Amino acid sequence: MMHTHLLDRYREAQSVIHRLDPRVKVVVTLLFIVSTALLPDGAWFAFALSFILALSCSFLARLGVTFALRRSFVVLPFALAAITAIIAVPGRPLFMWQIGGTTIIGTDAGVVRFLSILARSWLSVQMAIVLTATTNVPDLLHALRHLRVPEVLVAIVGFMLRYLSVLADEAARLLRAREARSALLANRRGGGSPGWRARVAGYMAGQLFLRSYERSDRVYNAMLARGFAGRFLAINPHLMREHDWWALAVTVVALTVVQLAGQGFPPG
Amino acid sequence: MASIMHILRASPLELFGLELHIPDGFLNLPVALICWIAAIGLIAFAVRRTQAELGERQIPLMGIMAAFIFAAQMINFPVAGGTSGHLLGGVLAAVTLGPWAGMLVMASVIGVQALLFQDGGLLAMGANILNMGLITALIGFGLYRSVIGQGMPVRLAVVGVAAWISVMGAAFVTSLQLWLSGTARLDVVMPAMLGVHALIGIGEALITVGAVAFISRARPDLVAAEQYTGHTDRGWMIGGALAALAVVILSPLASADPDGLERVAEDLGFLESGQSAPYEIIPDYTLPFLGETPLSTIVAGVIGALIVAVVAVLVARALSSRAAASR
Repeated sequence: MMHTHLLDRYREAQSVIHRLDPRVKVVVTLLFIVSTALLPDGAWFAFALSFILALSCSFLARLGVTFALRRSFVVLPFALAAITAIIAVPGRPLFMWQIGGTTIIGTDAGVVRFLSILARSWLSVQMAIVLTATTNVPDLLHALRHLRVPEVLVAIVGFMLRYLSVLADEAARLLRAREARSALLANRRGGGSPGWRARVAGYMAGQLFLRSYERSDRVYNAMLARGFAGRFLAINPHLMREHDWWALAVTVVALTVVQLAGQGFPPG
Repeated sequence: MASIMHILRASPLELFGLELHIPDGFLNLPVALICWIAAIGLIAFAVRRTQAELGERQIPLMGIMAAFIFAAQMINFPVAGGTSGHLLGGVLAAVTLGPWAGMLVMASVIGVQALLFQDGGLLAMGANILNMGLITALIGFGLYRSVIGQGMPVRLAVVGVAAWISVMGAAFVTSLQLWLSGTARLDVVMPAMLGVHALIGIGEALITVGAVAFISRARPDLVAAEQYTGHTDRGWMIGGALAALAVVILSPLASADPDGLERVAEDLGFLESGQSAPYEIIPDYTLPFLGETPLSTIVAGVIGALIVAVVAVLVARALSSRAAASR
């Protein structure tokens, strides 16, 4: 209903990437993120190559060039924590501040470290966005099962995703009901102390808990009624076809080139 | 669109950049891998424990409770000046579902947030599970369990305190991980993180107390910790108390005198093992016998990744054979 579209990260389309075996996509994404983490500070050429790789995946998936870019701003808030890297890494001083009694010295190596952290983070998140945008949830779960993630865990995550929008809607209804009860006159402060408001919010969370718990009872009974015998059956077996192996091979080669480029040109 | 879910969940304070879901790129490989290995071990154990306690019923229960935590994180309340308090849910999950189930639920929530919403990284997921799953379960359940026989006011007070401390503990450990990765300066990130989360923790505490009060009045049989009266759970109680004590003692110390913490870490060899662990096991990401060549670095990286893969496969094997035997 209200929030379902927020929960749906899959973009339906016909593309090479969409048709790839989900296992390949998961493995390639993880390899890309590990490769990015391995690149040393200031390996700009390798970062650029990685960016081209992520961009071409985005392009091949017909997501549009800006799609992953727009979504990748989600990492920006965390950049604030990394900004302190500028003054943490020893190197040639670039600028100096006097704050209180302490002197803060920003160094060139610190700036390089900060920008490299941003680059790694931003690249990683782009690839993850391509993965979620081109793989629907059942395929993703199936791939995790094939990749030896414990079946119980995959089943739990599967149930979670199945009921996520149901419970998000319940939460949204609770919030809307609170809005409706809390009529507010213009220019007047809303009622209640923060503590009272917090208690109301807590009761709402408690109520959502009880509804969810009782729903899980009903769901389990319905499963038993339909003959659930302790394991889930997958209908479409995933098969690695020739082009899946090719895609895997091409990315492994590309990431090897990225690593050669990155480790060959260390900073300074 | 990018982060509507994110904004929905996050209070403005967190949007200032000091939140707990670490994205990829902010932890270096050794820190991320060590956290992953620890998280995999914990999850494997939690799966085994909940399977033994709940059987096949655990699948719908854990799944729906994970969806509940996700949805409950949308519930917020206005504080002042556009700021709002909201729920993280770790302590609520631990107190109502028990420590292992709570941990599993939090791990699923964190996994889905990372996999589908890019809220937290994939490589950093191990660290995020430890920070928001293990610490909250340990402190939340451990402290609550030790006052189980007491009256309602005492229990609720302890829930509130546990919720606050667990948020502080998560912020503490997150700062440590960022610092050990060489991403942030300890004397800046630690006080900033703890300062912001001291406020966020109050919101968490108030909502958790309200929720637990509501649940234990409406369905007292559902508060899992109440059913644990038969068990001794000494480990959880001692572990929770120690963890809480460590947070309470170390947080002000670390904020006031981060250099002191840095010195202690250095004296204990903790700093070297964090910031330069790879330089000892696999020096400078290179293997000695291959020299300092790009090839050597790549091989070192592959070996690191293989170790994680092997651990993951072994755990999965152990789990699936156990599951098959019980079937």
